[in-house]
Order: sequence, then C-alpha cells, then structure tokens
Amino acid sequence: MMTLKVNGKDHVVDADPDTPLLYVLRDDLKLNAAKFGCGLGQCGACTVIVDGKAVLSCVTPLLLLDGKQVTTLEGLGTIEAPAPIQRAFMEEQAAQCGYCISGMMMRAQALLQRNSKPTDAQIRAELQPNLCRCGTHMRIMRAVHRASRLMDSADASPVIQRSAP
Amino acid sequence: MTGSPRMIAAAIAGVLIAAGIAGFAVTWRPAIAAVEPPSPQSFDPVLVKRGRELAAIGNCNDCHTMRGGSSFAGGLPVPTPFGTIYSSNITPDPDTGIGRWPEQAFRRAMRSGVDRDGQHLYPTFPYDHFTNVSDEDDRALYAFLMTRPPVHAPARDNQLSFPLDQRFVVAGWKLLFLRHGGYQPDGGRSAEWNRGAYLVEGLAHCGSCHTPRNGLGAERPDAQFAGGDVDNWHAYAINSQSPSPVPWNADTLFSYLRRGWDSDHGTARGPMAEVVSNLSSVSESDVRAIALYMADVFGAPAPDRIRHGEAVLAQAKMRAKTQAGAPAAQAANGAATQDWTMNATGASIYAAACATCHESNRALPYGGVNLALSTALSGPDPRNAVNIVLSGVRPVPGERSPIMPGFADSMNNEQIVALLQFLRGRFSNQPAWSGVAKTVLDARRMQTVFLQTSPGPSNPPADATQRGGP
Repeated sequence: MMTLKVNGKDHVVDADPDTPLLYVLRDDLKLNAAKFGCGLGQCGACTVIVDGKAVLSCVTPLLLLDGKQVTTLEGLGTIEAPAPIQRAFMEEQAAQCGYCISGMMMRAQALLQRNSKPTDAQIRAELQPNLCRCGTHMRIMRAVHRASRLMDSADASPVIQRSAP
Repeated sequence: MTGSPRMIAAAIAGVLIAAGIAGFAVTWRPAIAAVEPPSPQSFDPVLVKRGRELAAIGNCNDCHTMRGGSSFAGGLPVPTPFGTIYSSNITPDPDTGIGRWPEQAFRRAMRSGVDRDGQHLYPTFPYDHFTNVSDEDDRALYAFLMTRPPVHAPARDNQLSFPLDQRFVVAGWKLLFLRHGGYQPDGGRSAEWNRGAYLVEGLAHCGSCHTPRNGLGAERPDAQFAGGDVDNWHAYAINSQSPSPVPWNADTLFSYLRRGWDSDHGTARGPMAEVVSNLSSVSESDVRAIALYMADVFGAPAPDRIRHGEAVLAQAKMRAKTQAGAPAAQAANGAATQDWTMNATGASIYAAACATCHESNRALPYGGVNLALSTALSGPDPRNAVNIVLSGVRPVPGERSPIMPGFADSMNNEQIVALLQFLRGRFSNQPAWSGVAKTVLDARRMQTVFLQTSPGPSNPPADATQRGGP
C-alpha cells in the first residue's frame, strides 16, 4: 500500500513497489491518457509529468514516486475546459492516429513550463524521445508554438500550476 | 681576483643574448605565404574521397564541429585542466578558416602544430600523434578539407591564464614532448599490423583519450593506453589493464569499432559513440587493421581473466536462454566483494526499471547488454555508469544504434547512488566504488550545463550528408 499523488489528489494504491507507474495509472486509477507503446522507455507514448519533469511512466516504478506529484493529461484539462496544450493540439489537428499524442502533449507541457517561448530547435530536441509513426511532426511543432501563445493569456494557465502544493 | 664590473656585465649580456637567440630559434616559426583559395575542382576526386575516410578515422569532425553547428567550422569548447580551448575553423573559408593555407602549411600544422602565420597551436590539437601521418595522407586530408563548404566562423578566444595564454610557451612543451620522425614500420610484423599501428599511433590518436596525461598535459609514455579522462567520461584502459569482464580480441574489437557494439561487451557511449560512428563509414580493412593492432596492445589475457570472462559469458547466455533470476549472476562473480543483497532500494530499482531491457532476450543494439558484461560496472570509476543512467543513450538518426532512456528526471540522487552500488556489487567482481554520491552530483551539474549550451540532440552524428561521397 502506498499513497500516490496524481493530478493533485492522493490515491491509496495496493500494488507492489516495483509496479510501473503506467500500469497503476491505467489499470487502477483508470487514467487512460498515457499509453503503453513499447514498455521499454523507447517510444514516449507513456510520458507523464512528475514534479514538473517529463518522465516515462512505463519504466518508472512506484518506489521512485514517494512524495512526488504525478500529472497526467487528465490533470491538465477536461473536454469542456481543455488546457492550452490540448486546445492547441486540437486546433492544429496535430493528431492522426493519436496514440503518441498524449505523450507528446505531456513532454511539450513540461518544456513550456520551463521555457515558455521555445525555438523550433528546442522543441525538436525536447520531443526527440517521443516517436510518431503517422508523421504529424510538423503539426505537432505548430501546436507547441500555438500552446505557447495560448498560455500567454492569464485564464489559460494550466491546471497543474494551480494544483501544486 | 674578480673581473671588472664591465666584464661581468658583458658576460651577463652575452649569456642573455645567447639565450635570447636560442629561445627565438626554438619558438619562432616563419609565416607561410597565403595563397588564393584553390577551387574545389582543382582537387582529384579520388584524393578527396580518400581524405574523407582519413578525416573519419581522425575523428576530425568531432572536435571541429559545434553541437548543432556547421561541419568543421570549429568553435567547440574543449575543457582542459589549464583552461578552455576552442577548436578552430578548418573549412576553406578564406578569412576565418584555412582557405588561404597552401598544402605545405597544412602539413606543417599536422606535423609540428604551427599554423600558417607561424603561431604555435595548443596540443589539444593532437599533433603529437598527427606528426606520424604520412605526406600522402596529409595531402588527401588537405584535399578533403579544402573541398568542404566554406563557413565564415571567426575563432573564439581561448580561456587560459598567464603564462599559458602566450603561445610561445607551447614551443617549450614541444621540446619536451613532441617527437618527430613519423611512423617507423616494424619489419617483423605483418603489413596489416603495421597499418593498424600507423593509424592508431597517428591519425586515429587513440592515446589522446586512452592514455593518462602528466602534470603538463602530455601523454605519459610509461602508461600508454592505461586509461584517461575526456569530457567527464573515463576512457578505459585498452592495454593489459583493461577492466572489461570479457577480454577483447581482434574480432570483438572489430565488431565494436565497426558497428558500435559487440554482444560480449555492450555498446559504445559518450565520446566513443562519435568515434565508432565515424569508423562505420571508412574502409573495412582499416578498421580490421586497427582491431588487429589493438588486440596486440591488449595482449593475451591472463588465465584467471580468461576464466572469469568465460564464466560471465556462460552465465549471461544461460540467463538469456532461461530468463533465470538474480542468483546466477553472483555465481559467476565468485567472491562478491560486497553484500549487494542488502541494498533493497537498488535491487528494486534494477528489477523494475532496468531488468526489462537488460535481462531481455533481445539482441544488441536494441536490447540492453547483460550488465555482467558491462565494462562501465567493472571499471575503476563510476562516472560512465552514472552518465549513462542519467542521460541514457540517444539513438543516432539514420543509423542502427543503441537506445536507452535516461533516468535523470525520474530518480533522485540517493536512488541513483543506491542503484549504482547495487549494480557494482551484483555485476562486477571488483570492490565497491567510493565517492559515488559526489560523482552523481558532478554528473548532474555537467548535464545541466550541457543541456543549457546545446540546442541539438546530444549525440549528433558525423555529417551524414558527407558519408556517401567526397
């Protein structure tokens, strides 16, 4: 039993400490945005944010998360009130099959929290670990820039910053 | 009876003048007249192509290209114990590169470390090795560089303190440490061995990283290939002191150098990744020659090393076949020197975050190497292992290359220390590392600096556009 902080809430989780975070998110907490892609930390589909940093949840066991804040895509916004990063990806139609997009958004979100006006080169370097097989990379690039602009307006500040302690 | 003051003054003046002349003779080198930049068409394409392979063997692009910058345009900061030295622009730009250098000036730079103006170059440019390069090969290298796209990139000022910022000081260094004479073939050895020796001791300059340096920054001849430091990585000993669990031979060296990994040893990382990336593009026979010569430098392993290597290999293969759990590893290690079973945190992290790849059946380079085969864990200092846990191994675009996620953002320092100590205890037969916590702190700091200064991916490949042709 351990307490896992996800999207600002404490969850008591009954799982072995070596269970990958991804399994707990999807199977126990029913937070299905993060995807199982390769299970080896090589594709980025499982990316979530832990204490402000993009982390591969499939190779992050629970025992590494003691006292840390996990944020998943569900924690950024909802269908009714999407976060800037989500709005931007929708407005740029950056998803094709969509499997990688949750991971892309989470890593981009972590980048934008650290650097609100990234250059093309910085976005490329940052998103390099995340694979997209459909080839929507150029739209993803545009979406990250759009999210950066959307975040300039005060009402669009991401939920993650409000839920932090 | 003493001489008159005038005679003494004259004697002192004489000595000073003599010393001045001697000093001038040692330090002064004439400028070589500039030429009009030769047109790329004036070079024989066959020569240019040979030069391309030689430049790859020399790993020239690695130091002379900034992360994300233009090939061969220089500007890369090279940290040394004496200060930071920036690599120079070796594109044929007439104003900021070597566009106005005649071949004679290029050859002098390679052989004696003097630029066209007659200035001494710092030995971060490894002319202590390049002095062994033949005239013929210098000509090909010159032809290759002079046919690259010229890039306007002025030199950056080195950050050196007095007196090292005075270039004449380098002349003294050369008197002590630069040995001219070129490579002398060993008649008792095969042509292939001699080819390998010529490349290793010359253009490939392996000793620049793999040989420890003395207080004046020169390679120690008494410790050739005994392991050195480069860019916060440890360059392993590649002689009889090699810490690799399985001894190297010419075949495994060839596969490692040629394609970047060997199933009995693992993958090339850090600065070596760029070396093997370059070696993948040169003629196979040269890589074979290097492997043959280096196998001789490693020497025949002692019987106990052979036994240990065989045990480790057998155990790794058995684990791959049976997916057996932990205890098998220790059997191969014989006397484990620390009680790794007590390190519950490290063991759990390994089982949950590492074993999925490192104990899979998947072959290299995409599967992780069985860590009992890892030189990083058997080596004398934990830096390489720490670097790799923090940063992972980024795949090289366009190449079949290893890949591993970094864990800098998901593990804190205590967790990484626990993991490293566990790995050392379980997978090597060496005593525990000391100072792992400090190594982790240092590596984190280096990583932060690195991330701030490099816009591009951390492992830029050799200029891929130049692979196919001249």
